[in-house]
Amino acid sequence: MSQKLVEVENLKKYYPVTAGLLSRHVADVKAVDGVSFNIMERETLGLVGESGCGKSSLGRALLRLEEPTSGRVLYKGSDITTWHRRQLKEFRKEAQMIFQDPQSSLDPRMTIGDSIGEALLIHGVGTEKERLEKVAELLQRVGLEPEHAARYPHELSGGQKQRVGIARALAVNPKLVVADEPVSALDVSVQAQILNLIMDLQHELGLAYLFIAHDLAVIGHVSDRIAVMYLGQIVELAARKELFHHPLHPYTEALLSAVPVPDPHQKRKKTSLPGEVPSPVEPPPGCRFHTRCPRVMELCRQEPPVLRSREGGRLVSCHRYG
Amino acid sequence: MKNNHNILEIKHLKTYFFTRSGVVKAVDGVSFGLRKGESLCLVGESGCGKTATALSVLRLIDSPPGRIIDGEILYHDEDLLRCSGKRLRQIRGYGIAMIFQDPQSSLNPVFTVGDQIAEQIRLHLGLKRGPTVERTLHLMEQVGIPRARERMKDYPHQFSGGMRQRIMIAAALSCGPEVLIADEPTTALDTTIKEQILDIFQDLKQQREMSILFITHDLGTVAGIADRIVVMYGGRIAEVGTAFDIFDQPKHPYTHGLIKCLPDISARSDRLTPIPGMIPSLIDPPEGCIFSPRCERSMPVCNRKRPEEVVISGEHSVACHLYS
Repeated sequence: MSQKLVEVENLKKYYPVTAGLLSRHVADVKAVDGVSFNIMERETLGLVGESGCGKSSLGRALLRLEEPTSGRVLYKGSDITTWHRRQLKEFRKEAQMIFQDPQSSLDPRMTIGDSIGEALLIHGVGTEKERLEKVAELLQRVGLEPEHAARYPHELSGGQKQRVGIARALAVNPKLVVADEPVSALDVSVQAQILNLIMDLQHELGLAYLFIAHDLAVIGHVSDRIAVMYLGQIVELAARKELFHHPLHPYTEALLSAVPVPDPHQKRKKTSLPGEVPSPVEPPPGCRFHTRCPRVMELCRQEPPVLRSREGGRLVSCHRYG
Repeated sequence: MKNNHNILEIKHLKTYFFTRSGVVKAVDGVSFGLRKGESLCLVGESGCGKTATALSVLRLIDSPPGRIIDGEILYHDEDLLRCSGKRLRQIRGYGIAMIFQDPQSSLNPVFTVGDQIAEQIRLHLGLKRGPTVERTLHLMEQVGIPRARERMKDYPHQFSGGMRQRIMIAAALSCGPEVLIADEPTTALDTTIKEQILDIFQDLKQQREMSILFITHDLGTVAGIADRIVVMYGGRIAEVGTAFDIFDQPKHPYTHGLIKCLPDISARSDRLTPIPGMIPSLIDPPEGCIFSPRCERSMPVCNRKRPEEVVISGEHSVACHLYS
């Protein structure tokens, strides 16, 4: 049985809303509002949700790229939210991030080699010669040529840039990688190449991923377990197979039915989900999903459901399941 | 060929962009027709020329650097590339309307949405104030904007992305066009909202018998709504057929690859089957078939000669040397 690598406990990330000349604090955007889950070693936990559900904020708070408002993040049993700069720097060697847009996450004035090598330089890994060798090795590992080290980002295609982003994240031999929409900016034919690469690297290097995406088909392809987020909270968490075959939460069901099927013989069904995601500044009372839920009950409007375990280690937060 | 008449016919269209680094052959000899009441999907990856094709239809290509250098665009047998500016403006309103990918940047932030929908009605139909407002209201209700009477006085920033796209659709429909060109209308939207917008398109087709040219990179979306599909690659048409032809019996290796590289929701297969290599530059494209550098079934002739369109059966045709 594999060990817990990360334990997230009741994590919250609020962004203040200010108004007026003196920037009065008038409200909070509750981007992440009390989220708990674990990531095991060597597993891929998929995190899926629509824009504004807080999935990216969660990823960033988990690595302390942004300070969480409250809650704990235990990495190998110790709470990183209390760590100071020096400890955090050590943590950055263990936990890295791959960003959505490789264009804006690479410095246009640095060569690819310098961009990747910078991580090694900052963490004082090896001599200059060793670092150059390591960069060449990393480039090959992600399917580029060592010659690419001398190129600049604008000389590469989107897929190649994302490969560089991956190489840079792997430079310090992390154990945990948060991948925030790593393929959503890519064309389908290239997306498949990058997804294969991400999965191959996991096998070779024993990585754990928190894989964030809005596309359930992509999430389903890479994940062992999947967490579904809605308005700052996890509404369901289950093993991939169970989630796809027996979704419990009505939101998960709706998301699944909205996945386009590349088969013209299956007639499109009309969507069952009316309305839009409410504002995370003032989430609806009771269950946050009740304003759109096709199976809403009276109780849902009044009392927020709790994320409860069900058989098979799956979690769901819905009054229909007690 | 069915005896259905083409409302819109694109013939040998060539749209090039003259940039400092060279001539980008964005659309390089594209021909297809759009029939009454059909939804035709133009599918391809970024840079394949699908948007340039759509913009060329209404002569919306920015010039410079772009220029339509050859071809005909026949709308009811009238060539839009050669008609007067005045005539073109008429057609843009109630003949052919267009919806763009990003509703945020295609709405004017300083006018209310009601004004923006009404503008076209006044301009093209010359209605008085009262009937214009009524028509605007009716359109907004049709595309599913709740509390339309209050909301027509709101500004674009007060609407969500999905609602803004509904407003764009309402504006496009305002003068009752025959043809609707929709360029990636759901790409910027969330999964569940995307479905709602696709529902609207489905209704439009069924209830108004509109002809829709739907441009997208997403094969999954295409399968649900297309009657016929045009697959584009590198500024050229790779394959044309009914949705069933394309998905059940894809002939072009590129179409094949596109379908095979989609992640399958029902199984965590260990590997996807990607198409090797990357999308080619359209500056100085190769002499022969533009897909040949990435094609697994490439033959010597592919590098020499550009493949001609070959009819496979009925409406299914492909531009590939494997079939000639």
